Amino acid sequence: MKATSRAFKSNARRALGDPQLQRAMTNLRSGFAARRAVAVSQLPEWEALREAAVAIKRHTLAHLDFYLEAFERRVVERGGAVHWCRDAAEANATVLAICRRLGARTVTKGKSMIGEEMGLNDYLEANGVAPVETDLGEYIIQIRHEPPSHIIAPAVHLVKEQIAQSFRETHRDLDPARQLKDARQMCDEARAVLRPRFLAADVGITGANFLVAETGSSIIVTNEGNGDLTQTLPKAHVVLASLEKVVPTLEDATTILRLLARSATGQEFSTYTTVSTGPRRPDDADGPGEYHVVLLDNGRSALLGGEFEDMLRCIRCAACLNHCPVYQAIGGQSYGWVYPGPMGAVLTPSLIGIEEAGHLPNASTFCGRCEEVCPMKIPLPKMMRHWREREFQRHLPPRPYRLGLAVWAFFARRPALYRPAADLAARLLGALGRARGRFRALPLAAGWTRTRDLPAPEGRSFMSLWAARRAARPAP
Amino acid sequence: MPPSKPRVALFVTCLVDLFRPSVGFAAVKLLEEAGCTVEVPRAQSCCGQPAYNSGDRRDAQAIARTVIAAFAGFDYVVAPSGSCAGMLKVHYPALFADDPATAAQARALAERSHELISFLVDVMKVERVGARYDGVATYHDSCSGLRELGVKTQPRKLLASVAGLTLKELRDCEVCCGFGGTFAVKYGDISDKIVAEKAEAIRESGADTLLAGDMGCLLNMAGKLERAGDRTKVRHVAEVLAGIAGPAIGEPGGDA
Repeated sequence: MKATSRAFKSNARRALGDPQLQRAMTNLRSGFAARRAVAVSQLPEWEALREAAVAIKRHTLAHLDFYLEAFERRVVERGGAVHWCRDAAEANATVLAICRRLGARTVTKGKSMIGEEMGLNDYLEANGVAPVETDLGEYIIQIRHEPPSHIIAPAVHLVKEQIAQSFRETHRDLDPARQLKDARQMCDEARAVLRPRFLAADVGITGANFLVAETGSSIIVTNEGNGDLTQTLPKAHVVLASLEKVVPTLEDATTILRLLARSATGQEFSTYTTVSTGPRRPDDADGPGEYHVVLLDNGRSALLGGEFEDMLRCIRCAACLNHCPVYQAIGGQSYGWVYPGPMGAVLTPSLIGIEEAGHLPNASTFCGRCEEVCPMKIPLPKMMRHWREREFQRHLPPRPYRLGLAVWAFFARRPALYRPAADLAARLLGALGRARGRFRALPLAAGWTRTRDLPAPEGRSFMSLWAARRAARPAP
Repeated sequence: MPPSKPRVALFVTCLVDLFRPSVGFAAVKLLEEAGCTVEVPRAQSCCGQPAYNSGDRRDAQAIARTVIAAFAGFDYVVAPSGSCAGMLKVHYPALFADDPATAAQARALAERSHELISFLVDVMKVERVGARYDGVATYHDSCSGLRELGVKTQPRKLLASVAGLTLKELRDCEVCCGFGGTFAVKYGDISDKIVAEKAEAIRESGADTLLAGDMGCLLNMAGKLERAGDRTKVRHVAEVLAGIAGPAIGEPGGDA
């Protein structure tokens, strides 16, 4: 996927001025976050579960090579294959080779953020294989030729009317006079359109929420059942997974599953939790003929042992997006790449470079709500600050900003100089602003005063008033 | 248990120093009424957050060193801000992770540092204040105070003892106001959208006064309300608790 993260500011401005997107974001605010709060409040062992899940991931990451190799052995024992891919190009080529060998013309796809990271759809299309997204949200953005705006609800930035419009433009063989008012009607239509695609597909591609080392299984959770149809019907099931998805045992996976749906949608459990182990066995009623796991690194192994390692605990629940005031204001597409919101602000620079994604870790108020709700206790603000430190070391912030900061820091480091300077500023701004009580515009503060007044100082600094008071009335 | 008459150093904070000295005097009054001896070390400017949060670790460390030196030797260090107190209490020790000697001093400072209102309630065991404020107030929980320091019930407890004051809870009171330090200027459009939502919730509350414990958030919310022509009075919670109520933030005629 081509990144537009450099244009974050203009992306955000466009999003702020888009009334439909703003309406959709209002729905998000009242939906996921409220339901999560209820689900969490009903689970007294929530904090203990978080601790247990963090311990599982810490242990796994400390022995990642061991568990990945164990996983591969089990997959091979069950008749499947694991393809180790360093980057998106290798992973795309691997998937295409499987499709070509099977003579595949269409592939169905369950939701996969790794697929987005690889830019798999564009790659397959360019090579003569037609991908069909089967997750409703992914299907909607596929027919609209848009990138996802959310990691579990890719079309959350849209309102119903936009989706109905896209359905009418795409499903041209259906009756133009049909009703497409409510979600039910649109779901039914998507279901009817997708059913024959499931049956026709040669290869089914899904993501994975977990890879289980003990059994060689991959696990997906969905609410639509599309993943099951995607992976059971075709000749081959291809699992796209990044390497930090591995956990040692099924027991470990179920511990984390108890956190996942509650954090994501406020459900106790997703509607479907599907465990896939190898291809169809001779006496199985159904199942794919081949089972492949495309295991993608794409820069993740470089995070091990460094200040961003904690990010590899992420289970992609999107709680941090759903609770982020910045995400809620501008939606996910403004972030300009696959992963938006706080988790994206940390992960994206790791994967596509801080030069490209420099805005992302800066566009945060550090309100800390992401870390508060993160089931895996990932210190997201701390890691965003680490990115800011790297940017600062490399002189990436704009020159005027660095200069302003340097001037301010020169005084702040020297209280004896700072005190009179602060008093002077308080007197000056106080005298200018006293009559109105506030400024409607102020040089160097346009970012603030374009949309807000700046309250005027009272007119003297506290330190100078305190010194005067002490002089007049010496301490007893 | 605190000493019978603890020596408290007031960390004024740069925004109170520059914009609203009244909050500093309110803090001194509240601390003295609670039985503390208050001193204001002269060698203070700012806690260093603008540098720290901009990735300028070196300047942040330099500023932190002056604070650590200036505030050594007091029983407590108290700031009328959850954000600045959080910087001293949570982030200074982290800032010197690679410098064990200074880290030890930073931890010693952190242990003695508190946000004003939680210090009054949790450490000095203040149950009530003697102030009067005629009005209906609502309260915004500033992020750092809430999430880094657990400031939540303490201001509500003391506000409940203010004669004449009714507290109406604010919808989404734990959601950020969009200030975020330099974020408010660097990403002014986004910051404005977030504070516009906050202003909407404030209007919905029906309160005539908005209170919070951090000057940054207060300047942001006051600025937004004023631009929209809203007459809600905006004040630091310490002003109301201390019974110091001159012109509200952004109102004309503050005499210094």
